[in-house]
Amino acid sequence: MRTLKFLLQKEFRQIFRDPAIIRIIFIMPMMQLILLPWAADYEVKNIQLSVVDHDHSDYSRRLVSKITASGYFRLENYTGSFAEAMKAVEKDEADLVLEIPAGFEKNLVKEDEAGLFIAVNAINGVKANLGAGYLRSIMQDYNREVRMEWIQFPRFNPELQIDVTSSNWFNPLLNYKYFMVPGILVILVTMVGAFLASLNIVREKEIGTIEQINVTPVKKHHFILGKLIPFWILGLVVLSLGLLLARFFYGIIPVGSLLVIFGFAAVYLLAVLGLGLLISTYTGNQQQAMLLSFFLMMVFILLSGLYTSIDSMPGWAQAITKINPVTYFIEVMRMVVLKGSGFRDIMPHLLTVLGFGVVLNTWAVLHYKKRS
Amino acid sequence: MKQFRSFVRKEFYHILRDKRTMFILLGMPIVQIVLFGFALTNEVKNAKIAILDQSNDVSTLALRTELAPSRYFDIERDLHSYKNIEEAFQSGKIRLAVVFPKNFDADLRHFNKAQVQLIADASDPNVATTLVNYATAIIMDYQDRITHDRRLPYTINTELRMLYNPQMKGAYSFVPGVMAMVLMLVCTMMTAITVVREKEMGTMEVMLVSPVKPMKIVVAKAVPYLLLSMINIASILLLSVFVLDVPIRGNLFLLIGESVLFTLTCLAFGLLISSSTASQQTAMFISLTGMFLPTVMLSGFMFPIENMPLPLRIISNIVPAKWFYYIVKEVMIKGLGFAAVWKETLVLTGMMLFLLTMSVKRFKIRLA
Repeated sequence: MRTLKFLLQKEFRQIFRDPAIIRIIFIMPMMQLILLPWAADYEVKNIQLSVVDHDHSDYSRRLVSKITASGYFRLENYTGSFAEAMKAVEKDEADLVLEIPAGFEKNLVKEDEAGLFIAVNAINGVKANLGAGYLRSIMQDYNREVRMEWIQFPRFNPELQIDVTSSNWFNPLLNYKYFMVPGILVILVTMVGAFLASLNIVREKEIGTIEQINVTPVKKHHFILGKLIPFWILGLVVLSLGLLLARFFYGIIPVGSLLVIFGFAAVYLLAVLGLGLLISTYTGNQQQAMLLSFFLMMVFILLSGLYTSIDSMPGWAQAITKINPVTYFIEVMRMVVLKGSGFRDIMPHLLTVLGFGVVLNTWAVLHYKKRS
Repeated sequence: MKQFRSFVRKEFYHILRDKRTMFILLGMPIVQIVLFGFALTNEVKNAKIAILDQSNDVSTLALRTELAPSRYFDIERDLHSYKNIEEAFQSGKIRLAVVFPKNFDADLRHFNKAQVQLIADASDPNVATTLVNYATAIIMDYQDRITHDRRLPYTINTELRMLYNPQMKGAYSFVPGVMAMVLMLVCTMMTAITVVREKEMGTMEVMLVSPVKPMKIVVAKAVPYLLLSMINIASILLLSVFVLDVPIRGNLFLLIGESVLFTLTCLAFGLLISSSTASQQTAMFISLTGMFLPTVMLSGFMFPIENMPLPLRIISNIVPAKWFYYIVKEVMIKGLGFAAVWKETLVLTGMMLFLLTMSVKRFKIRLA
């Protein structure tokens, strides 16, 4: 116990005497937390619309103003030639082209039927799909209005109509930041844990100070605990700072209890630190450790469901997300912060991450050798 | 010139003799392109949904069979009361709940009007809106089908055409982005450690006492990495076409030329990092961690730039990956020529020259 106390003292001194580490631990994560959530807004709005109007009638103008009034579309240009509109699409100045053929009004009134043509830039499939969907529902509305003007409807709906109403729970304003901030916070905690822990040990190897420890009677588990505990505490500190920032900067107050978040984080950090430890036992110098942990982090982050939904990934990628501890923490954070889930809901996650922690740490301890 | 050549040769030996690092540098892009090319997509598929059917009649059953085979939804379970909805959401599995009220079929037949309620888990707003839209479209299609025989007067028919990507594949917008991201990270990292390593190992002193000009030292360091990057470009393009199924519609040589230009920009950026830092650890930390999140988030492939607040839109202009992403999309997917991307090419060239000049300038000929 006394040995451990001295080791901890040494580690903390080492960390706090390195100004670069302080910057990496505190300032960089906070900057990223302040800046990046603003970028992560995936809502489809401001769809750039280009209208080709061959008709120039009262009806065509009314249609266009109805579309622009919806708020989803921004009228970029209003031309008379399709070629010109296509040029705008090529230059990325238009996402959607609406072509109103000549005689649109006449056909609609006299022939009871008129056509419209929509071309969508579908490189971004989701945006295209949603944009076309919005446009079609506006068109249906418009169609209904036109009909109302010409036909006196009976008291009951002549058209069969299924009314679809929708409500958004847990985040009624569809604020994307509520979704992103907890996720990015997880990434930052993970980076501090995995990166710094692995670098710290490898550095002792590289500059040779590990020899000094190896010749002392310090036990293997003392040494490893001495390395893990400081970063475990630092990880929790970063998490608390991040939650404070989320509260005062973004106004995000967890619906669930903080106890659940910290309880999970405490277990999660064990797993992440175990990973860092494992990396450090397999690498010989800081460069290799950096490369390896960065590569793993990149895979972990991009395959964690932070940005893109896990349900949409192919089966083998979903399998990777299952062995990725980051996935679990992000899910738990979102569940607790946004939906107020309690210990009972996150129990499966907690047990899985605990399993990771046990496996990774055992592996690392078995693989760590006290001789070079 | 001879001096320069021997310097380049020295750098080549450096790389070739460190097999492990070379393996990482050539292997990493391949793994990443395949991994992320397949796995990253902003499409929403196979979302788990729950159905609360309080009516259990012909119409709700029909709607249910409309929803079930869709590739967007997996009907995970049936709920029996309103209270269960919240529980289902809280345990995290369900993304959307479809609620049919009592007497759905009767309302539809007798009053010509019935209601469906969609409740989305909006903790992920993107998925929530997308799912609501998909479900609405499916229900509307169903409605259109059952009203088909009674044709109404004054009907507007819309014909829809999807340009460039008729099957709406997610890969078309993500693969160019992944290309930009991978090239950026690998190339920047490669050169970021070269100069600083010589500083750390003390070999810099040897070079500084030689008559070689800083300009030559810096450029000689970039040359071998440029060749390595060419291999990476080739493997990335081959994988995109043959494994990820993204076509190259434009001129292949133009695309390669632009990729080389982008690579040069990244290499120059790495050199700048390298000549302004003091330790390998800092250099790597800046080029990897510092670059990763901004590149992913501000290059426009993950999140649309036009939605960002003004300061971020301005900042995004100094991210080289943003310009390259645009160029790749135009040339590779839309099949446009140089005329469409000359402005972006000019911006990248300017960035490259600026970064190169800066790194030569910051290169100190005195040791601290």
